Amino acid sequence: MSASERAPAFNGYAVWAIYKFEVARALRTVWQSLATPVITTSLYFVVFGAAIGSRIHTVDGVSYGAFIVPGLIMLSLFTESIFNASFGIHFPKFTGTIYELLSAPVSAMETVLAYVGAAATKSVVLGTVILATASLFVPLEIRHPFAMLAFLVMTAATFSLFGFIIGIWAENFEQIQIIPMLIVTPLTFLGGAFYSITMLPPAWRTITLFNPVVYLISGFRWSFYGKADVDVGISLAATLGFFGVCLLIVGWIFKTGYRLKT
Amino acid sequence: MSVLHEVTDTTGLRLDLSSRPPAGYLTAQTSIRAPIPHMAEQPIVSISNLTKTYASGHQALKNINLAIRKGEIFALLGPNGAGKTTLINIVCGIVTATSGTILADGHDISRQYRDARMKIGLVPQELHTDMFETVGATTNLSRGLFGRPPNAAYVEKILRDLSLWDKRKDKINTLSGGMKRRVMIAKALSHEPRILFLDEPTAGVDVELRRDMWNLVRSLRASGVTIILTTHYIDEAEEMADRIGVINHGELILVEEKAALMKKLGQKRMTLQLQQPLQAVPAGLVEWNLALKADGCELEYTFDANAEHGAIAALLRRLDETGVGYKDLNTSQSSLEDIFVGLVSERSIDKQIGGRQAGNKQEAKA
Ligand SMILES: Nc1ncnc2c1ncn2[C@@H]1O[C@H](COP(=O)(O)OP(=O)(O)O)[C@@H](O)[C@H]1O
Ligand SMILES: [Mg+2]
Repeated sequence: MSASERAPAFNGYAVWAIYKFEVARALRTVWQSLATPVITTSLYFVVFGAAIGSRIHTVDGVSYGAFIVPGLIMLSLFTESIFNASFGIHFPKFTGTIYELLSAPVSAMETVLAYVGAAATKSVVLGTVILATASLFVPLEIRHPFAMLAFLVMTAATFSLFGFIIGIWAENFEQIQIIPMLIVTPLTFLGGAFYSITMLPPAWRTITLFNPVVYLISGFRWSFYGKADVDVGISLAATLGFFGVCLLIVGWIFKTGYRLKT
Repeated sequence: MSVLHEVTDTTGLRLDLSSRPPAGYLTAQTSIRAPIPHMAEQPIVSISNLTKTYASGHQALKNINLAIRKGEIFALLGPNGAGKTTLINIVCGIVTATSGTILADGHDISRQYRDARMKIGLVPQELHTDMFETVGATTNLSRGLFGRPPNAAYVEKILRDLSLWDKRKDKINTLSGGMKRRVMIAKALSHEPRILFLDEPTAGVDVELRRDMWNLVRSLRASGVTIILTTHYIDEAEEMADRIGVINHGELILVEEKAALMKKLGQKRMTLQLQQPLQAVPAGLVEWNLALKADGCELEYTFDANAEHGAIAALLRRLDETGVGYKDLNTSQSSLEDIFVGLVSERSIDKQIGGRQAGNKQEAKA
């Protein structure tokens, strides 16, 4: 080490250190984190699959139980990604340990990569666990496994990024809960998680198309059954678009120090 | 890295034993610096025309200019609210400056923030810890954050030096306040910084930690680390620092070598215990400006530390002639506290009188 020593252009050690730290935090509570969604998923199957499924036998030629699997995974993916990422960055703000991140030779992009990467990793694992749970209840077919994986990872990343923004914006833990509860969950329920929007009356169908979540669920479902409410290209564009918007907001946050620096 | 073989000899590096020359502390750097910091060297931290106005409109720093020398212990001394934390937080990147330039080891803290920050360690004023994490995990995280590859041996050494090794697997929320502060220090040292900021390091810490901390600071200094600490305890600055900067209301009033400051501004006091109490200072002694204390049982003579000793001899002779008997006498040097109080009041008088002591002030600002 000498005075002339220069820092590398990319602080990979920092990204890795944060990522490991965050994943380790999740691993400590792995059973709680996984038990909740597994139980919830099973309950959805009992309620929706058994109760409604006995009336609606198939949707677009897919058994109702199998039809709701992609929507169920998406629902958990949205809420868990937002929660994990918002908590991950909000907690240091809450405890004050954020001082260290702010004083470290870490760029905005490295910070995002590490926190969002860790949250997204957790979500992808969770999605996979839900998928495995679902396969115990219904026979599953995955027509486009790579597309399925791509949608899974992209959605996890996008909503983790969204959660990261919420975590920085939020001034307390209540505010962290508000957006998932008041916006994301209702939009998911109304976004065709448990039904095909083609089952709706035409007027409602048009209104529903303003719900961005429709495109995400539809694309994901397409990767399972090859059938979709909207064109899969539009779904892909919507996912990437949302990701881009979140990225721009994060860039702005770090540039201005919004709610981070005084 | 030499740290590897140092670890086998940790006992000599323990804080409580560090009266021994701390040969091994951060050895990697020892060879590259001169043993005594001298002025010709480029400053390790240089702050120019720094101002900070918070969003509230409060101006916390007013045109600060300061050069910290490589390898010194610099104490920033000032009352609460003076702007010490603001200054430190700006250098460390936590608070954004309103204007001004700061170089750390020659790197601009905003344009070359990576190079600058890798060199800097900070122990903040408040205890902020990852409550549910272990001591080991949080220290390793810090090292990584500052761009250093994992180094278990080095982290072990830091934890041992701070008597934290036995606690490495403990969650931080199970530790006492003093232990938590040690964790903060371990985190700040984990990436082998060349510049260490300690913001009010001993506020509210117990005697043992305070002693350990000073030993640590001395051994870090011996290994070439520059230390900048803030305090509002004058005895702390007096005890530790090579140089002292006095800050008040966001203005750096003065920067001075500690010894020179003491010498320049230090007052000595001689107290005479009288055999018989006096009602008033005898007329023959007025030229010494004596004060009668302790119900007339003591005479106090305050004089400039640099004044020639002849004055005392003359005073004692005159006492004899006047027939004032004394049974004991002692002298004491004024502390930085006195100096500081003097400085601050001098400045406010200064403002009223309108630069009567302009010469003094300029010198202080230079
Ligand atoms: N985030 C902030 N917003 C507004 N004013 C602040 C903020 N932080 C500190 N101050 C004010 O700036 C001044 C200097 O504070 P600080 O740097 O913490 O002083 P010190 O560390 O010397 O006690 C104080 O008057 C304080 O109230
Ligand atoms: Mg302070």
